[in-house]
Amino acid sequence: MPPSPDVMLRMYPQMLRIRRFEERINQLFLQGRMPGTLHLYIGQEACAVGVCEALRPDDWVTSTHRPHGHAIAKGVSLESMMAELFGKTTGCARGHGGSMHMGDPEVGALTAIAIVGGGIPVAAGMALGYKMRRTGQVVCCFMGDGAINEGAFHEGVNMAAIWDLPVVFVCENNLYGASTPIEQVVKLDKLADRAAGYGIPGVTVDGMDVLAVYEAVTPAVERARSGAGPTFVACETYRFVGHSRSDTRGYRSREEEEAWKRRDPIPRLAGQLRDMGSATEEDLQRIAEEVAAEVEQAVAFAEASPAPAPEDCLKHVFTEEGPA
Amino acid sequence: MGTPEAATKRMTIAEALREAIREEMQRDERVFCLGEDIGISGGFGGAFTVTLGLSDEFGHERILDTPISEAGIAGMAVGAALAGLRPIADVQYADFLFCAMDQLVNEAAKLRYMSGGKLKVPMVMRAPCGATTRGAQHSQSPESFFIHVPGLKVACPSTAYDAKGLLKTAIRDDNPVLFFEHKLLYGSKGMRAEKGALPPVGEVPVEEYTIPFGQASIRREGTDVTIVAKLLMVYKALAAAEALAAEGISCEVIDPRTLVPFDTQTVVESVRKTEHLVIVDECPRTGGWAGEVAAEIQEKAFGHLDAPIRRVTAPDTPVPFAPVMEKYYVPDEEDIARAVREVLRWR
Repeated sequence: MPPSPDVMLRMYPQMLRIRRFEERINQLFLQGRMPGTLHLYIGQEACAVGVCEALRPDDWVTSTHRPHGHAIAKGVSLESMMAELFGKTTGCARGHGGSMHMGDPEVGALTAIAIVGGGIPVAAGMALGYKMRRTGQVVCCFMGDGAINEGAFHEGVNMAAIWDLPVVFVCENNLYGASTPIEQVVKLDKLADRAAGYGIPGVTVDGMDVLAVYEAVTPAVERARSGAGPTFVACETYRFVGHSRSDTRGYRSREEEEAWKRRDPIPRLAGQLRDMGSATEEDLQRIAEEVAAEVEQAVAFAEASPAPAPEDCLKHVFTEEGPA
Repeated sequence: MGTPEAATKRMTIAEALREAIREEMQRDERVFCLGEDIGISGGFGGAFTVTLGLSDEFGHERILDTPISEAGIAGMAVGAALAGLRPIADVQYADFLFCAMDQLVNEAAKLRYMSGGKLKVPMVMRAPCGATTRGAQHSQSPESFFIHVPGLKVACPSTAYDAKGLLKTAIRDDNPVLFFEHKLLYGSKGMRAEKGALPPVGEVPVEEYTIPFGQASIRREGTDVTIVAKLLMVYKALAAAEALAAEGISCEVIDPRTLVPFDTQTVVESVRKTEHLVIVDECPRTGGWAGEVAAEIQEKAFGHLDAPIRRVTAPDTPVPFAPVMEKYYVPDEEDIARAVREVLRWR
């Protein structure tokens, strides 16, 4: 079932929020105003937003080394994310996490696990916990295409399958593991075919179409919640930018990039909203301005926030204060 | 320790661990076990009988048999802990922890830190360790790997009393705990009996008790030399102390019971008295726990030491198979006694 106009009107600013947030942090980063490294999500916004709109607020997502989009889509505040990127005490992980460990348990976004595939058994384990506690919650496990070649994928997906756990595995196939093309490391034409090896459904969806992602994930979430077990959803998508800050993208052609950019999910949804009469050009312009202001507010908040004391690094090792 | 007049019953370490699990599962519905062959009807109750009979009592949902997937077991435990349960996971042999290293080291140990203190991972990972003529991949004592990982606690019980009290504390702890059990100390019977096992049947209070982490136990008081030893090595150290007493040498034997947190204070106080320290460990020598204790004590109590600290450890080789070689590999009371005589030569 396609999303209602209300849901679509939520999806648009969410995707735009991810895009503008990332464009802004990239700029801050290049200006040397922000420490660390960045794995940008630009181009893949339809995946995070299509999935998270299909979830309940008390459902969870687990994420990867490329987590900003997932965190924003699940509702982590831009201010706390920006502050985290600046390494401030007001950050969603109080400066202990950084770009690759974005998340906030308050909104069901698990602190991101940046080891490729490492979050898969954890997501399955969370689903086991919710199943045993009979809470009706579902876990959505985001992974990149590279993760499906990790042993953790095999162990985690198999255990989720044999116990019919309430988890949806969402593989964002952006065609490259860093610089390595997916066809060089997987023998299958469709990554979703791997699901058959675990006896669970595998679905392939256009990851550049937020409505298609939502329509594919909604029944998978329902299936999980009903106790029928996991689904593997492969979203075909593309990151418009490099793998990380140092990537000059010499391994792929500009023609390929342009072809994918013509499928940009954000103008696509804008067009659909206009065609349906759900939003005017002025509405969309206003949303864009509001999102831009939110991002600027997040930057101001982060820059004005206090830095941690150096010795704060000793905190949060154990639930008791400090190292053992 | 239980008060002398308190009612006790005699049990093996395997039985004490089983009773700890049973009591905690009765007390707290969030507690459950997952592992290989732990609850299969007609099966073994885990590799060393610890969970025998528990699936009859608690059902197969709470004594959950898993595929042979150690990384998956550890990761599932991390996730279930995040979701509000208190899992007790196990591997059949501590050697298999290496299959689960990413989950233990990168996920279990770091999620709290990476979240800025917003998450907690209350899980226990039980692991049978120690050389028992099974060769290089079913005999290791990998405790030292885990003391090097901030965010993990490490427990090493050597008696039935400690096994029960420490496991109950581990289950109630809000942090991930690696729980090492020595294969020769379980006291498992029948088909699962271990050749060469010690019979460490001990008195365990009938009444509820727990043992706090970070409190060493002085197994034998003495005045001439301090011997720090854990797991099976506690018994080897006690045997050496007994033999040395006949030579007029008085040994104090300290069992740390937990390696993280480590009770430095008790060892420092002992060394102030004895001025000599020998550390005994079944782990290989280089980069091991014994070296860590030596460094810690020389930093905290150098002025009290009358002789260089000595380590008695396994050599830097994989664990051999042939019994004659394995006997050479594992430190024994002769090795310990020799080290004690050597450090006392400095007097």
